[in-house]
Amino acid sequence: MSSVLPLDSLPFPAGERAGARGAPLAASTPLVQATDLAKTFDVSAPWLNRVLERKPRQLLHAVDGVSFAIAKGRTLALVGESGCGKSTVARLLVGLYAPTRGSFAFDGQDAHAAFRSAQGRQLRRRIQMIFQDPYASLNPRWKVQDIVAEPLKEHGLVTGAAALRERVGELLSSVGLAAQDAARYPHQFSGGQRQRISIARALATHPDFLVCDEPTSALDVSVQAQVLNLMKDLQRRLGLTYLFISHNLAVVRHVSDEVGVMYLGRLVELADRQQLFAQPRHPYTRMLLDAIPKMHDTGRARTPVQGEVPNPLNPPSGCAFHPRCPHADARCRAERPVLQEIRGVRVACHAVEEGRV
Amino acid sequence: MKQALALWLDSDVGYSFRTSPVAMAAAAIALACVFCAVFAGWVAPHNPFDLATLELGDARKPPAWLAEGSARYLLGTDDQGRDILSALIYGARISLVVGVVSVLLSMVIGVALGLLAGFRGGWIDAFLMRLCDVMLSFPAILIALLIAGVGRALFPNAPNTVAFGVLILAITLSGWVQYARTVRGSTLVERSKEYVQAARVTGVAPLRIMLRHVLPNVLGPVLVLATIHIATAIITEATLSFLGVGVPPTSPSLGTLIQIGNNYLFSGEWWITVFPAIMLILIALSVNLLGDWLRDALNPRLQ
Amino acid sequence: MAPLLQVRDLVVEFPTRRGTLRALDRISFEIAPGEILGVVGESGAGKSLTGAAIIGLLEPPGRIASGEVLLEGERIDKLPFERLRHIRGRKIGAIFQDPLTSLNPLYTIGRQLTETIQAHLPVDRTEARRRAIALLEETGIPAAAQRIDHYPHQFSGGMRQRVVIALALAAEPRLVVADEPTTALDVSIQAQIIQLLKRICREHGAAVMLITHDMGVIAETCDRVAVMYAGRLAEVGPVHEVIHQPAHPYTTGLMASIPDMESERERLAQIDGAMPRLNAIPPGCAYNPRCPRAFGRCTRERPELLAAGATRAACWLHDASAQVPA
Repeated sequence: MSSVLPLDSLPFPAGERAGARGAPLAASTPLVQATDLAKTFDVSAPWLNRVLERKPRQLLHAVDGVSFAIAKGRTLALVGESGCGKSTVARLLVGLYAPTRGSFAFDGQDAHAAFRSAQGRQLRRRIQMIFQDPYASLNPRWKVQDIVAEPLKEHGLVTGAAALRERVGELLSSVGLAAQDAARYPHQFSGGQRQRISIARALATHPDFLVCDEPTSALDVSVQAQVLNLMKDLQRRLGLTYLFISHNLAVVRHVSDEVGVMYLGRLVELADRQQLFAQPRHPYTRMLLDAIPKMHDTGRARTPVQGEVPNPLNPPSGCAFHPRCPHADARCRAERPVLQEIRGVRVACHAVEEGRV
Repeated sequence: MKQALALWLDSDVGYSFRTSPVAMAAAAIALACVFCAVFAGWVAPHNPFDLATLELGDARKPPAWLAEGSARYLLGTDDQGRDILSALIYGARISLVVGVVSVLLSMVIGVALGLLAGFRGGWIDAFLMRLCDVMLSFPAILIALLIAGVGRALFPNAPNTVAFGVLILAITLSGWVQYARTVRGSTLVERSKEYVQAARVTGVAPLRIMLRHVLPNVLGPVLVLATIHIATAIITEATLSFLGVGVPPTSPSLGTLIQIGNNYLFSGEWWITVFPAIMLILIALSVNLLGDWLRDALNPRLQ
Repeated sequence: MAPLLQVRDLVVEFPTRRGTLRALDRISFEIAPGEILGVVGESGAGKSLTGAAIIGLLEPPGRIASGEVLLEGERIDKLPFERLRHIRGRKIGAIFQDPLTSLNPLYTIGRQLTETIQAHLPVDRTEARRRAIALLEETGIPAAAQRIDHYPHQFSGGMRQRVVIALALAAEPRLVVADEPTTALDVSIQAQIIQLLKRICREHGAAVMLITHDMGVIAETCDRVAVMYAGRLAEVGPVHEVIHQPAHPYTTGLMASIPDMESERERLAQIDGAMPRLNAIPPGCAYNPRCPRAFGRCTRERPELLAAGATRAACWLHDASAQVPA
């Protein structure tokens, strides 16, 4: 006996799927709500070394108090350079890490409490992830059929070999591959095709929320265009909500509705996409936008960029950006700015707050 | 079956095999030894363990091509009238069985512990690795000697099966560490790869991830280790038998034969030691060469 | 002015047991002294291989099967090893992608710099050290006189790449081959390094062959650009023309699929399909299966680089002597 849940025809229309437990989701409650999320890693030397060499404990504050909300069907992009903590936020949201502080509510429920309890399975069906490296995100020894069918088997959504094959075939076609590709191994596919397989796997359980960790950074530009278009199409068709992590602001501009800029584990600016790109407020955001090589505006003088990202193990006091900020003053060095709403945009900057910028 | 073989021969590993005369020769020799060992009853001209067929009068006869030798005993006889050639074949069987079984057991224990250590990390990892360090600081022979000696002391009149069991246990426990270490290293690498994280995000149980995702990817180097370890295990068994703490004397392995012949070496009856030694070298060498070839063939960088 | 580097009909092949793969198929281009040429293409197009072939760092079994590479009029592709080694440091400098592995972790950067300088220039140790410190200061390493005795691991990624640039320029080469020098760096550091590379090469009078997949970097840095596809050159020309008025359909498709900061588009223009594998290159023009403007001739004859406005494109659409169908 086999049962199949068809991809597009569900008992509820896509918009109401979120409230599967009962009443449809209220329009105002965001699907994802992160509140003061923080994650600290203990990267100290082993105990013996610490005792013998008198090394101190070292704590890495990968994420240090991040709050945001994503409404259903929308895309929030998190941008930042290496070490800013965006990948850690991604992993916090899918339950790969437990937060050291703060919470994250999914569909009105405390997600991390749910992950630990029996309801964790239900939650894992609704939140899925796509990874950066197309070569490491598929098990090289498994056939594509098994890779894509694993979530289906794990959650018991489809039973029977024939039904599984049919569903996997459907999923592969929905991402632009052929159903016969299920019999091959990952190494027989190109990077872009592997990313499609990852997407097919992520969509197997009809998730509501997809966390995408730099899904196109390892792909060529023309392949990237194909994958980004595919992701946008899927979002429209299936009513998906995305958290899109990237370091590439041009890509972010293309896919996101809202953008959050991170620096050393903190959110420094959070704004609507159009707003952020037209009128960046935070000095770091401006610096980032300025640093992008522009294809149609070459030859113009740019504000020179100062310094490098400091060591996250030893962040600067006060505002983490002050050593590189042209507008830093004594308050910036002493007091850490809070992300607050200033003239329609959420910014964490004393200079913006005081109107100096 | 034929199609699978044809497919393998055409693959990179198969191609490497076809173009390596050393590998093919080693495989042929190893296969011949295995064949003889498995079908010893049909291949060997006599049964050296059947006491009824032994004639003490035929003891210490030299090989057939020397004077005083007879065609009946191609490689000569030992001090009890056993045909050396037949004893070789039966002895090889015992050596191979003990060797292969010990290696299999070592592999299972080593891979399991290595997976556990690499996957769980923390104090389990620390404890297991320290255990490995401790075991590595003892020479393998000493460990085997110790266990064999203790076994004999505990079960002085034990039947043959127990004696074999203790021997196999001794060789197993002296050899599992290399598997554990290799597998632990590979597990650590694979564990941080994104396909493992994808499985965790989906909610697959850790044990299932360990066995179905990580294990197939860490087995490569284990195969090479096991092949070379078979040679080591056979030599260890021979050493133990030579020292008298290996197989029981009623089922002599190659090591026992070498030891028996050792007493007669300097009185001129060289064939009793030399032929078992050659057989031992042949088996160990061919398996070693096969293992060497396998390691190079499986190494993607050397393509 | 005589060109600094001339590459003529370069062919690079890889013999495998299933046949010979042609990784580069008759590549021809030139670099003038002091010019910055960008070589752009997607993965598998052969741009890194071109750089490796010019420097003489092709990994066996890959080899130059035919064609010529001339540096200042002298052939360097068939030189014996010793002679090539001498040229490699002195006349050609190299910058690779990963700053972590480009420097020897066991030696101080001062030692690596002075060693390079002394190997190619007739100076003594004190002079070499003085020049090394000067170079480090030029590349923007703060406190160069102290940091010259530091080890590579004591520098951050961006700093290390600056050291690598200093190392490449240490022997005052005429040509610097930079293979994806900023790909492994953060966006803000990337901008700094691009500026540095451009400035310092102009100041030292070195020409640059900049290999990258990032069109934005090319736009900011280069004078001319060569677009590669499946081991062949698709288009060569001045940067502004190639980017804004591309003549080859591949270049057009490539530019259209890059998300940029100016336009608002719902969908990015995409090129369907993928670059052919080396053992499956179609006859005629390698791009013809994916080309929206392909016609009969494209599937039969392989186009040479033809003049197309200000650039040269390997495309039959620009064959002025033939009748192009409407």
